[in-house]
Amino acid sequence: MPLHFELVTPAKQVRSEDVHMVVVPGSEGEFGVLEGHAPFMSTIRDGAVQVYKTEGAAPEVIEVRGGFAEVGENGLTVLAEHVEA
Amino acid sequence: MASLKELKDRIGSVKSTQKITKAKQMVAAAKLRRAQAAAEAGRPYATRLGAVMAALAGKVSGDSAPKLLAGTGSDKRNLLVVVNTDKGLCGGLNSNLVKAAKLKASELLAEGKEVEFYLIGKKGRAPIKREFASMIGGGFDTSTVKTPGFEEADAIAAELIGMFADDTFDVAHLIYPTFQSALVQDPTVNQLIPVPSPEASEDSGAVVEYEPGEEEILEELLPRYVKTQLFGALLEREASEQGASMTAMDNATRNAGDLIKDLNIEYNRRRQAAITTELIEIIAGAEAL
Repeated sequence: MPLHFELVTPAKQVRSEDVHMVVVPGSEGEFGVLEGHAPFMSTIRDGAVQVYKTEGAAPEVIEVRGGFAEVGENGLTVLAEHVEA
Repeated sequence: MASLKELKDRIGSVKSTQKITKAKQMVAAAKLRRAQAAAEAGRPYATRLGAVMAALAGKVSGDSAPKLLAGTGSDKRNLLVVVNTDKGLCGGLNSNLVKAAKLKASELLAEGKEVEFYLIGKKGRAPIKREFASMIGGGFDTSTVKTPGFEEADAIAAELIGMFADDTFDVAHLIYPTFQSALVQDPTVNQLIPVPSPEASEDSGAVVEYEPGEEEILEELLPRYVKTQLFGALLEREASEQGASMTAMDNATRNAGDLIKDLNIEYNRRRQAAITTELIEIIAGAEAL
């Protein structure tokens, strides 16, 4: 089962896709989110979100600034104020 | 009675006005599409943030709630944040906004409360100043940038939250146009600060872990929520301005067309009359010989 991952900024929805794993730079340390993660919410610090499309693949790195991450029943949502393309 | 030449000049002047209004209408139509897309693209973020806010606000309440959520405990000093456009030529949009702002202000004044204005955009300044000159506090100039974006919302939010922290007001209301269609843009009045507690939605009942704590997250979330509200208002304003401008300029172009038609008929009639008079004079002169 893939993980549904959404990355949203005030200007637009940057990503909405199914991926294998996402590593998020939480304010108290990085954490990886796989499918079936327990409900979780954390603020994030400025840093890189790493998106693993499939297991073992090279991660895609997205720089984000300011925001927070939410893990719920329907996957992971990262709300970021800025995303560096 | 205007002479023939005056009539002709008048037609020329109305024609060039029509050209301007037509050009402005086409520009607005093109910009409207972009502004509308931007307003729609900003919606997912606002919805998500609202949902998270609702979930958190239900959990953190009572004494531990941050000031931005709980308020100062009084509602005496009110700040009206009015979002107007920077440019005119957009029909009744700005006067409707000003009307809504004045209505709210008089309502609050009638209840014995203090009112102060914080004006965003140029076009609201003059009409509000006429009536409430002593109550205009700060303002934010958005005319220096082409399309106000998140940075501007950020700056405005920072200033407002700073003013709130300095205890200069108790309640802030946001007055901005909501874009419904090119024909309809309704002024909307929303409470901005303290953040109105959303309907607590105890949904799934799943235990959510918070990192750091719930209060810390909420503390960070609230300024962000205010910012998003302001950003949304700026986007709505942009779309409303272009929509209203398109409609107003369409009407103006059509009116100019009607006026030109009437003036042309008048002009031709007058010219014919002049020719007829001249002929009669010549014939009368010839007969007299």
